[in-house]
Amino acid sequence: MIEQFKAQIRAGQALCIRGAGSKDFYGNPPQGEMLDTRAYSGIVAYEPTELYVTAKCGTPLAEIEAALAAQGQCLAFEPPRFSAESTIGGVVAAGLSGPRRVSAGALRDFVLGVKLLDGAARELNFGGQVMKNVAGYDVSRVIAGSLGTLGLITEVSLKVLPKPVADATLRFEMAQAAALDKLNRWAGQPLPMVASAWEAGVLTIRLAGARAAVEAAQQKVGVGGTADAGFWDTLRDQTTDFFNTETLWRLSVPSTAPEFKLPGEQLIEWGGALRWLKSDAPPETIRAAASAVGGSATLYRAPAELKAQVGAFAPLPPPLMALHKNLKAAFDPQGLFNPGRLYKDF
Amino acid sequence: MTTRTHSHERDQDFSDVDRAALLEALAAVLPAASLLADHEDLKPYECDGLSAYRRVPLAVALPEDEAQVVDVLKACHRLGVPVVARGAGTGLSGGALPNEHGVVLSLAKMKRIVALDPYARTAVVQPGVRNLAISEAAAPHGLYYAPDPSSQIACTIGGNIAENSGGVHCLKYGLTVHNVLRVRAVTIAGEIVEFGNHALDAPGYDLLALMIGSEGLLAVVTEVTVKLVPKPEVARVIMASFDAVTKAGTAVADIIAAGIIPAGLEMMDKQATAAVEPFVKAGYDLNAAAILLAESDGTPEEVEEEIAAMRGVLERSGASEIRVSNDDAERLRFWAGRKAAFPAVGSISPDYYCMDGTIPRKRLAEMLTAINDMETKYGLRCVNVFHAGDGNLHPLILYDANVPGELERTETFGAEILELTVKLGGAITGEHGVGYEKINSMCVQFASDELAAFHRVKAAFDPQGLLNPDKAIPTLHRCAEFGRMHVHQGQLAHPELERF
Repeated sequence: MIEQFKAQIRAGQALCIRGAGSKDFYGNPPQGEMLDTRAYSGIVAYEPTELYVTAKCGTPLAEIEAALAAQGQCLAFEPPRFSAESTIGGVVAAGLSGPRRVSAGALRDFVLGVKLLDGAARELNFGGQVMKNVAGYDVSRVIAGSLGTLGLITEVSLKVLPKPVADATLRFEMAQAAALDKLNRWAGQPLPMVASAWEAGVLTIRLAGARAAVEAAQQKVGVGGTADAGFWDTLRDQTTDFFNTETLWRLSVPSTAPEFKLPGEQLIEWGGALRWLKSDAPPETIRAAASAVGGSATLYRAPAELKAQVGAFAPLPPPLMALHKNLKAAFDPQGLFNPGRLYKDF
Repeated sequence: MTTRTHSHERDQDFSDVDRAALLEALAAVLPAASLLADHEDLKPYECDGLSAYRRVPLAVALPEDEAQVVDVLKACHRLGVPVVARGAGTGLSGGALPNEHGVVLSLAKMKRIVALDPYARTAVVQPGVRNLAISEAAAPHGLYYAPDPSSQIACTIGGNIAENSGGVHCLKYGLTVHNVLRVRAVTIAGEIVEFGNHALDAPGYDLLALMIGSEGLLAVVTEVTVKLVPKPEVARVIMASFDAVTKAGTAVADIIAAGIIPAGLEMMDKQATAAVEPFVKAGYDLNAAAILLAESDGTPEEVEEEIAAMRGVLERSGASEIRVSNDDAERLRFWAGRKAAFPAVGSISPDYYCMDGTIPRKRLAEMLTAINDMETKYGLRCVNVFHAGDGNLHPLILYDANVPGELERTETFGAEILELTVKLGGAITGEHGVGYEKINSMCVQFASDELAAFHRVKAAFDPQGLLNPDKAIPTLHRCAEFGRMHVHQGQLAHPELERF
């Protein structure tokens, strides 16, 4: 299979690297000849007590999660499951994390190693399966979230963690500004708050960890309604009503950023650091609002015309863009992999 | 201590640097007190924490602010002068070893905590701020900066970025890369770039991750935003004795298998406890083949639950003795020996050489047995302390530099340990960095295609190779000359090169 991938790369045509295609909507529209990764599939190694799993790029995320669950473990960064066929290669390339990201860390924090094929079809192996490894540049983490533009990920090793023993979901009626304040104050205290969501005047928080800690924390945060933990799955997989929309902005901002006075509906995650926005406001207004507080706005879902017009991702300052182009050229000098998917410049 | 001068032949040649022109250019952009050029002033900068390697630079620049860093880098860039950035000089891999034709760029004067925001749980600091100083400043707010390398009292955050430093608590709280939100840096061309921001992610490639652990080869850090986390209310530690190292290794796996991620999980072998006990009087079980220290932190309820769970696991894993700290004084005493392992060893041996390999935990017993055999082979003693939770081994090889041949034997001993870490599926360095010291061992860990890719990454930031040359990433020629090649599936890694 690897030889087939290499042959396709050596053909020298622009390639669209794709697993199940469940994230075709993300980034700028895919272009190039299809390189389907799904046939290269399977868990290569899973060692629960060493806390890692290694899998080929085409392995379904569902297969990996099922193997981990059988040992009481999980991918703590909770990548969204857009389809049952979503592949681990696509998960790592997209770099998206779910509700628990705010406490457990992002996908990139769990990447231990990657194998990839570069633009010259060379097999490169970065990182490994151990938790600590500072030999050479940390290329594996750069590959995470690079949307396949630096190379074809063929294998990944991820850190896994035990599932929390206990879990509680609490609900509070609260206006946005008050919720943001509460979330930032709670985050400054040693509470096992692992996820949060605010939408339409309702704040939902998730406490998870040792049983005694979760019980004690419930006393500290005060009396609220309870809700089913299944809510977090729907939030993680973006299947709640809120996400059923044609145009959706994702604002990544400091958690303390005040309430955005922008038209439209908002859903707030990550203790205030992630603001989903459904808005008809001009893209430049939304991008300016995010950058004014030191964050950035991604046009997450949108019709192709709008993405073509403003780009999926916030523009980079020129020195940073220059480094991006240099790095792209270091791995893919001919610009074969997913051209334009991240920025139209490369 | 003997100075090592070997293996310079393959280093980049900067011998045509014009000293007078360099000093003139630096004097034009730095205050007089920020430029050192006299031999006796330069001498203290000749080495970092790895004093076996020494070189006196042409000059030391001590900029007071970012604008001066930009000016120094622009001058060096224009003149083609190599630059080695330096924090507190506590590094253990020779990463801050000067180039004799270059400038040491010390960030020691940039040691201001620019802002500390308890509400946002962030601190913005200059690169010369000490690791521990951040936690001290955050303490009144019940917050701290999690990574705690053993040298935290002295080492700086800029150096921590360069090395991706860990510490005893990184199994639960992560490394530097997991605790830094933003790095502001200056490229060799004098351009200011910001990697990351105060949000949880930034658009584009994750260059922040690339910068962290890049050993000063990509850009010079001028400002850092770190994450602060709430200080756990309580911490307690279990000390467990084992009559066999293998049992201790199994116990570590059993704890993890039970779904527990301890705040710290450390192991010391018998030689280590024997070395440190007279020094710290921690009450270690000197009859044990190995002792484990397992810390739990969090709310009082959480800690009580976790300690009970760990005690159960350790009993089932065959611990011969178990003690739990009853108060913080006792907890710190249990830890004292582990924290003081390096100085304690320094008191029983004229010199020691600290290794830093990482292996899958399950290979621990194999590794320790092999080290035991190597002690006989090289006629040197080795003391083992181990971040058991994340597989990071610190064998300390004891030697006397005044005995002819001992340092050379020690280095060969060390290189053999590193080769074994790679064979066992690990890495040659877990937290100390490659620096100058382990550059040959990089040839064992990586094939030429990966090394070439690293060089292209370097060139993306610094095409002339002026930032910290001859560190971290070996040239393919060096690997060919070194002779101990990365062998993968029976194929020699650098078939295109002539052998020496």
